[in-house]
Amino acid sequence: MWRALALLLLLVIAPLAAEETIIASMNQNRVSITADFDGSEIFIFGAVRRDEAVPDDASPLQVIIMVTGPMRPVIVRKKERRWGIWVNTESVRVGAAPSLYTIATTGPLNEILSETDRLRYGIGLDRLVRTVGEANGTNDVPAFNEAVVRIRQHSGLYAEIDGHVELEAETLFSTAIALPADLVEGDYTVRIVLARDRVALGVVDHDIAVRKAGIGRWIYIMAHEQPLLYGILALLVALAAGWAASEAFRLLRR
Amino acid sequence: MQIYLPIAEVSVNLFLLLGLGGLVGLLSGMFGVGGGFLMTPLLFFIGIPPAVAVGTQANQIVASSFSGLLAHVRRRTVDFRMGLVLLSGGLVGSAFGVQIFKYLTALGQVELMVTLFYVVFLGAIGALMFVESLRAIRATRGGRAQPARKRHNWVHHLPLRMRFRTSNLYISVIPPIVIGLMVGVLAAIMGVGGGFIMLPAMIYILGMPTKVVVGTSLFQIIFVTAATSIMHAVENQTVDALLALVLLIGGVIGAQFGTRIGMRMKAEQLRILLAILVLIVCFKLAADLVLTPSELYSLSEVM
Repeated sequence: MWRALALLLLLVIAPLAAEETIIASMNQNRVSITADFDGSEIFIFGAVRRDEAVPDDASPLQVIIMVTGPMRPVIVRKKERRWGIWVNTESVRVGAAPSLYTIATTGPLNEILSETDRLRYGIGLDRLVRTVGEANGTNDVPAFNEAVVRIRQHSGLYAEIDGHVELEAETLFSTAIALPADLVEGDYTVRIVLARDRVALGVVDHDIAVRKAGIGRWIYIMAHEQPLLYGILALLVALAAGWAASEAFRLLRR
Repeated sequence: MQIYLPIAEVSVNLFLLLGLGGLVGLLSGMFGVGGGFLMTPLLFFIGIPPAVAVGTQANQIVASSFSGLLAHVRRRTVDFRMGLVLLSGGLVGSAFGVQIFKYLTALGQVELMVTLFYVVFLGAIGALMFVESLRAIRATRGGRAQPARKRHNWVHHLPLRMRFRTSNLYISVIPPIVIGLMVGVLAAIMGVGGGFIMLPAMIYILGMPTKVVVGTSLFQIIFVTAATSIMHAVENQTVDALLALVLLIGGVIGAQFGTRIGMRMKAEQLRILLAILVLIVCFKLAADLVLTPSELYSLSEVM
């Protein structure tokens, strides 16, 4: 269905002309985290609108789509062996690292975009690292930054998927990006970049609002706004459950 | 079936959590320990952030301990008087413990200290109980009557004596208060109810009968963990009500079964099982300290 919609979009746009610009949309710009939230998938699609026909000798068009979660500070600690046991020694506080970072492309990232443009638009896992460093304590900050990426890649929060964006007739593109179940609340950004000859031609940003919903949202707000009441309520629930189980088992044994 | 925990901000399998709660509840009912020393590492293992695990499991322990306590109250195996005396020391002790915890956090070594505390205390108590119960079992098997435990030691010669009818003791209130105090300090630092320290202290130092020890320990654990739970909710907002609810549904059911199993078993069998369990957890934690970790770096959220 989304593909059909994208095709329709293309038909409307194709006759118009300017430079190569992006028109894009998503199947959802809001994700609700309910108690049974089990991950989600966003379908991102769009079309390239252009002035003139692409010259025959032009190199192929490339599309890069990335989804970035809210930036949060994180402390990275490094263990070292001291007196025979592993102890946290050095630590680095990374000022801001995205809670989620997924990048999908039409091809290998370093082949389709220059270093300069990757740096400029913050594209690629290695670029991401450079933007988050904030030194203190140790003199080997890059190793700590790499650790953030490595650990989060391992837990599925950071990913780079080459060739995951489909591009048809140099005009119509689409991709599906999976959001993991361990999603953090906040504003997520979808950035779409067009490139040709390793140069970025255009950039478009869209927002996705990720919000808790239902009982989870209620619990979260209560815990932060009425902590004492929340603590007492949680305790009463615990005592009630303990009593209920005890009574239930007594009845069962009669 | 996955469930998204609103405070922990992770998605976990519902049945895994129920099973975890049930297992810890079962042990809680059998041995009269809150189970925090097991629950906390298990929650870390399934990916719950440490701060949320510590804050939430206190709440869950209240539920399973209360369920277990009610079963003991019906069987009149709770020494309320002794429980209150221990508790008076315990609450003061945990207030001290919280301050020490804050100091260690500021130093940035709280994780290591907590693990070292676990290894030292679990190791010492586990070994002590293991050897003692093995000796008791051998004595029974050998056909000889089990020698009565020495009921009079230095503890029984201090002033301020009080009669504890349920425990069949007439001893000074100073040792129970001091034990409560020390357990309170350790419990707050280690983020547990302290049953696994309290239990052997009651048996070996105070000379209380094993059957009474379990219910009495549960009684004082409820108050100590309730205080801890409220403190975590107010100061750190790290109590996840949904996580607690799922754990305690498993926990209270497990505790009921555990209490019944515990009633049917001989005291020394119960002690040797608890000793083995404590030693396993101790070895696991010690191995983590000594073995080279696969990832030298770790991330922690800034709260």
